[in-house]
Amino acid sequence: MFINSEPRAGRLRPYWLVLALAAAMLIAGCASAGEEATTTTTTTAATTTTEAATTTTGAAASSTTTTTEAVALPSCGTDDVVLNAYFETGFILPFDLSDEFTKQYPNVTWDVKQDQFTNLMNATPRLLSGDNPPDLIRLPTMVSLVQDNLLKNLDEYAAAFGWDQWPPAQLSQNRVAADGTRGAGSLYAMGLNYSLTGVFYNKELAAQIGMTEPPKTVAEFDALLAEAKAQGLLPMMVWNATASGGGLAFPLQQLMAAYGPTGPINDWIFQQPDATIDTATNLQATEHLQGWIDSGYFPEDANAIQYTDANARFRGGEGVFIFNGDWENATYDGEMSGNVGFFVFPPLEEGGSLAAMSAPLTFGIAADAPNADCAAFFFNWVATNETAREINVAIGGSNPGGPADLAIPTAAEGSVTNETLAAGGEVAQDNGQMDFIANATGSIFAAGWTPGLQEMVGGRQDAAGLLQAVQAEYEDELGR
Amino acid sequence: MMGSEPHAQVARRRPMRRALRSRRARRPILVGWLFVVPALVMYAIFVLQPLALTVQYSFYDWDGVGPARWVGLSNYSRVFTDPDLLGTIFNSFKLLAFFSVIPVTLGLITASVIHRVTTGRFGSTARAIIFLPQIIPLVAAGIIWGWLLSLPGLINQILKVVGLESVARAWLGDFDTALPSVGMIGIWVLLGFCTVLLQTGMAKINTDLYEAARLDGAGWFAELRAVTIPGIRYEIGVCLTVTAIAALAAFDIVYVSTGGGPGHATAVPGIQIYIEAFLQRRVGLASALAIALVLLVLIVILPIQRLSRGSDR
Repeated sequence: MFINSEPRAGRLRPYWLVLALAAAMLIAGCASAGEEATTTTTTTAATTTTEAATTTTGAAASSTTTTTEAVALPSCGTDDVVLNAYFETGFILPFDLSDEFTKQYPNVTWDVKQDQFTNLMNATPRLLSGDNPPDLIRLPTMVSLVQDNLLKNLDEYAAAFGWDQWPPAQLSQNRVAADGTRGAGSLYAMGLNYSLTGVFYNKELAAQIGMTEPPKTVAEFDALLAEAKAQGLLPMMVWNATASGGGLAFPLQQLMAAYGPTGPINDWIFQQPDATIDTATNLQATEHLQGWIDSGYFPEDANAIQYTDANARFRGGEGVFIFNGDWENATYDGEMSGNVGFFVFPPLEEGGSLAAMSAPLTFGIAADAPNADCAAFFFNWVATNETAREINVAIGGSNPGGPADLAIPTAAEGSVTNETLAAGGEVAQDNGQMDFIANATGSIFAAGWTPGLQEMVGGRQDAAGLLQAVQAEYEDELGR
Repeated sequence: MMGSEPHAQVARRRPMRRALRSRRARRPILVGWLFVVPALVMYAIFVLQPLALTVQYSFYDWDGVGPARWVGLSNYSRVFTDPDLLGTIFNSFKLLAFFSVIPVTLGLITASVIHRVTTGRFGSTARAIIFLPQIIPLVAAGIIWGWLLSLPGLINQILKVVGLESVARAWLGDFDTALPSVGMIGIWVLLGFCTVLLQTGMAKINTDLYEAARLDGAGWFAELRAVTIPGIRYEIGVCLTVTAIAALAAFDIVYVSTGGGPGHATAVPGIQIYIEAFLQRRVGLASALAIALVLLVLIVILPIQRLSRGSDR
């Protein structure tokens, strides 16, 4: 019965209490906010100092090692190591590789966390800057992470393991220069494998439209599309819903590389100064794509089709062609076994050089990762160990990369993977690898390409407008 | 005359009485505050402080990790000049019609029909069925509606069966129909909430009033206008408030069904804040848009509150 108990003297009036409380909270809020702002700068400074310290230690270490006889490569040692890793949900390759690694190096066990790619994109900066920085993490984009000093510089590992002797195209996409441009500079990530994109086709339907061999020119491909349309077939399946992003960026970039050289496209993706996507040949390419859209070569509900739906519908026999990457090999081989083929998108004129989007399955090491040596050793193992390379081809469907003199393992007989691996060799010969125009900045895909390509499907954007809008978004994001 | 004598007495007693009364009154008030303090502290830590931080961040150019740079009001000026950001605010007003006006109107009609026509088991069953969408997670609802509204989906199949093949389309992928389709999902979700809340309000109305109205020859509509609506003004206010907030701060249904597309056709502030903060990593701009959204919600909600409260007097 508090209400009836006797009052005591000398109390604060309640609203004083509230006021005091509120004031305290406000002050606390401001103080902690202020602190946070200053802490951020201090942390950055501290990181730089630590890095300097590491470099000094590294120098000291190497000077001591030179006095001893052999230079010990970074390794996982013999003590128990738990690698703290973040993988992408839905892609089993890293899981299979980590299991095999533990089989071969039993002192290494894994603490694997997984998340959807989009969630990882949001969480990566926090994970890398948090209290328990990951030893190994799937990276979406890297430039801003490098600028915030969140990723380990892998140059020393590259020198120690001899990665810099590998074909340079493998590592270039993971290099970031001091000015924030990609393509050259220090190494900040490694690919577990190197994917390739191109055109998959339904063999049965392709035969029906009279395709006996892959088209050699864009014009031949156009003729096949027209024939498919005339026969009442859907020429090309595509995804273009917001949730999966604009899949029309795949055919668009292939057309860009057919109409013009790949160099300027890569420059744009690597954020070279003054790079622009709004070029004369890119305009021709975009107009060509618009022609395909207007001719009804894509499904009319493209803007509502998500990635998984598009692939399910293609596997189910809807669409003669689909632009996609070799990461889908395993699923295509499953449901369409023997009925799926692959070719690299043809050049404008017969005999012209081949080009394809190709990107590493990028993983990085946190700047403060406790087991960085072991993680780097894992990278090296994935690219050079025979079993690892076999797993990479069988499960991942992509080229495992590594030293040029190591043979690429073959996939099972009749698998489309053998076609994509062979095609990858041809593209490499022509030096035709490009990164994805969707990866130029952290959100150029979500904020530039996807809405623009959807508007093109909806008849609300033309080729010139699309390129201008994307370029404007690009410059805005880069603060140019 | 009569008041003069007591007045003197009262005047004499008053100081003591007042002291006693205020002492007695103060004690329970203080105890009450003590009970509230834990909740207040939580509120301050988890609501007020983040709010204050959001205000603070909105004045900075910050990627969430690196050093922050003071930019004054430029984030706000961008919110109100960038057509993409401004467009999200216009879209949220369009959603207001679907999420708020239509569910409350339909809810009012449905509730009054159920209230008037049915009693007992049938009434409660009808209420339960209408309320059902409320208990389905919004993400699941968004996914299922995504399937239903797709080109090969059930809704288009039904349209084909009844000979309306020409209007069949990918409802969520079409620039003209995407926002209304999202709005329709909102109606489906919120109608049950409004119906149940409004019917609860109607149950409180004195039945004598209805009897009187019926004796005066009032029909269903006259009864609704003269008795029901005035009687449940407060509930209508709550319905409008809750649904308006759901419309202006919409995220889950939109994110799952369209993600803001096609183009920017269904982009709403909630989605844009998420994109700016976590994909573009422009924490300052996202915060400014969030503060603008808070103000927008207050601007819409406060008049509703005043209307429904004003009716009590």
